Amino acid sequence: MRFPELARNANLGSEARRIDKGRIVLSLNLKLPSACGSAALFKRRSFTYVERRNGAYVRARRRSFFMNLDFSPEDNAFRQEVRTFIAENYPKALREKQERDEPLSKEDHLSWHRILAKKGWAVPSWPVELGGTGWTPTQKYIWSEEQARADTIGILPFGVSMLAPVLYNFGTEEQKQRFLPGIREGLVWWCQGYSEPGSGSDLASLKTRAERVTGDDGKEYYIVNGQKTWTTLGQHADWGFFLVRTDPNAKPQAGISFLLIDMKSPGISVRRITTLEGGHEVNDVFLDNVKVPVENRVFHENQGWTCAKALLAHERSGIAGVARSKRGLERLRQMASTELSDAGGALIQDPFFRRKVAELEIDLTALEFTELRTLAGESSGKGPGPESSILKIKGTEIQQRLQELALEAAGHYGAPFLGEAGHNSGIGPRHSLGLAGDYFNGRKTSIYGGSNEIQRNIISKMVLGL
Amino acid sequence: MDFSFTEEQSMLRDTVASYLADNYGFDQRRAALGREPFWRPDVWSAFADELGILGAAFPEALGGLGGGYTENMVVMEELGKSLVVEPYLSTVVIGGGFLKHGAPAGAEEMIGQIIAGKAIFAFAYAEPQGRYNVRDLKTTARKDGAGYVLNGHKAVVVGAPYATHLVVTARTGGGQRDAGGISVFIVPKSAKGVTTRDYPTVDGFRASEVYFENVVLGAEARIGGEGEALPLVEKVMDEAIAATCAEACGVLRRLQEGTVEYTKQRKQFGVPISSFQVLQHRMVDMFIQLEQSISMTYMATIRLSDSDAERAKAASAAKVQIGKACKFVGQNAVQLHGGMGVTDEMAIGHYFKRATMIEGLFGSTDHHLARYETLSLGAAA
Repeated sequence: MRFPELARNANLGSEARRIDKGRIVLSLNLKLPSACGSAALFKRRSFTYVERRNGAYVRARRRSFFMNLDFSPEDNAFRQEVRTFIAENYPKALREKQERDEPLSKEDHLSWHRILAKKGWAVPSWPVELGGTGWTPTQKYIWSEEQARADTIGILPFGVSMLAPVLYNFGTEEQKQRFLPGIREGLVWWCQGYSEPGSGSDLASLKTRAERVTGDDGKEYYIVNGQKTWTTLGQHADWGFFLVRTDPNAKPQAGISFLLIDMKSPGISVRRITTLEGGHEVNDVFLDNVKVPVENRVFHENQGWTCAKALLAHERSGIAGVARSKRGLERLRQMASTELSDAGGALIQDPFFRRKVAELEIDLTALEFTELRTLAGESSGKGPGPESSILKIKGTEIQQRLQELALEAAGHYGAPFLGEAGHNSGIGPRHSLGLAGDYFNGRKTSIYGGSNEIQRNIISKMVLGL
Repeated sequence: MDFSFTEEQSMLRDTVASYLADNYGFDQRRAALGREPFWRPDVWSAFADELGILGAAFPEALGGLGGGYTENMVVMEELGKSLVVEPYLSTVVIGGGFLKHGAPAGAEEMIGQIIAGKAIFAFAYAEPQGRYNVRDLKTTARKDGAGYVLNGHKAVVVGAPYATHLVVTARTGGGQRDAGGISVFIVPKSAKGVTTRDYPTVDGFRASEVYFENVVLGAEARIGGEGEALPLVEKVMDEAIAATCAEACGVLRRLQEGTVEYTKQRKQFGVPISSFQVLQHRMVDMFIQLEQSISMTYMATIRLSDSDAERAKAASAAKVQIGKACKFVGQNAVQLHGGMGVTDEMAIGHYFKRATMIEGLFGSTDHHLARYETLSLGAAA
């Protein structure tokens, strides 16, 4: 699979860079000095494209036409390997809990991670020397499709895809050796300390204060005071990465540092925030004179904003959720084939409902192809660019529309609210369970990770230059 | 999977782009469209002789350059950027498509004529009563000895005023809306009994009402099986849709970029209006529509080689995205240009008019949504 990167001001397919099994292949730069006049001539008689450079004709090398969507035999073999591995190794108890829509424990979350770690598949996107798989973009694409197909739980992103890239891009050798193995093996649970009650979209205004002191032992410490919020699954966390203010007099972005804090430190308390659907997913985290060794700071003092931004870009890039949404659409279609419309036929045959499903399916196809184009840019070593904001906006809109349609499809049985115990109650069809909860909970997606309005600001500034 | 482009394809793009930059500016275009013959035969000759692009999508054995769908996509996007009215779509994509897939006797010679710029095609499929249903045909081709006699009225045949040949759909059997009984013919516009009423369209193109009155055709005029041409028509139209999507990407890009540029120049309240967030977000949404359209154009172009059902689904999905994008980007481009957007003197309005016509070309957004639904979700109850 070779993708051109997402075109910014380029043309359809004018991207010169190709990705070939992870290698970057640069083709000829065909832009010519304008002094040459007409950029290229096209000689029909000889059936050869002839390019004129500085007055001389240069024959272009012919290459066969190969725009296609086929998977290679190796790719198909890989898919089979992945599918078999998941089928044979996914924990049965976890599967049953998922089917009953029960809340998952810390151990549930980590069990699948540890199985993948043993196989060497827990952190596919990391550099190979740190445990990454070195998969091609096609293999990563297959991997996400197969996980979605099998309805596996996702690997928690906080350590693996948020903190780890910050550590291996900005951390010291010691920090990498100390923290990356625990993330990779699923031994340490991380949480994120970014947002504050007064700092949401305006993250750089954060007030949590870290003052540098020399301890009784003669070592340097930060004393941290403040409050973080929306800390997802912080109730399980062993460690957290925090943005704190180390210079209150500098401009907002210039006075921030990036700290790794042991959640068992004295002075830390975690308080549950109950969300709309009744779940315990997010938390407030209070920091009261928490003592953090200076060696737990990543990158330079007062330059934590650099880490914060890099992390947010990575957070956005995986956020499109194409494979999961495709699976969700499949489930929606199944459900709408058994639910009945007012007219008595299957709901999927209802003209209004099916139109909404068709439009969603088309939008998902557009998102999928946009993501494929973006992947090429990332695997060429650029890292996720501001265009990944498109994926965040469209990906979350599609997830929300799926949840909306599923709840709509449930009709009356969207209403019963049975809590954790009610799933074996026999009330209503099984496929209606939890749909209202998913819908209410899902409103978060266009808010977190930089709200979709903030994403538009990013595209406006970084891509359109406004 | 592979979305990459060959050097030849990139050079093809550069060739077309630089020619149009030199010869097809907004004022040049407007002047030419305002006087006889209302198009640019000199540009067409240059496409054939100087640039050689009319053969880009034909096999080398027939005198072409061995390309295909991607070449059409590349050329069409560039034509869209300059609002080119010359009939590449109806001649190379549609006429060429019928000749390649239908392979009637004499097809090779005819393709040679296309490549040389001598044969120009228009696609006469729509009828006044039929809306976007290509099966709805009152035009008849009555069997007469070995040949046929053609009678009927074709509506808004784009490019017919410039054409030397018409590709015509007609009934050789079946009822007015049946799938069976449809045949396709190539009819020289000069044939006895063909009359046209030519007129301009809102986007600067030219079209005709075409009337056939007892037009006598030989058996060799038919492309594909008698009464069995619907799959061929659908295939070529899907190819035309993919090409139109590529043209739309060129149009949309100009609308989006032109709007960004304009809002940076235009000052109100003492600042460029591009500094207003409400406008910035609108332009971001326009940009997202453009990017999604590019993605869908790739998708549809790649899937032209798939099975009939997959190809049709892909073409309709792409046309739905492009139709929505043309409306959203076009309308907002005009809105953000303010009063200037509704004047004839700025190019933006002309791109908007073309975008609006593309919305309805080969079927509206609703038409393709309905077609997609049937293909993806099964026939409605």
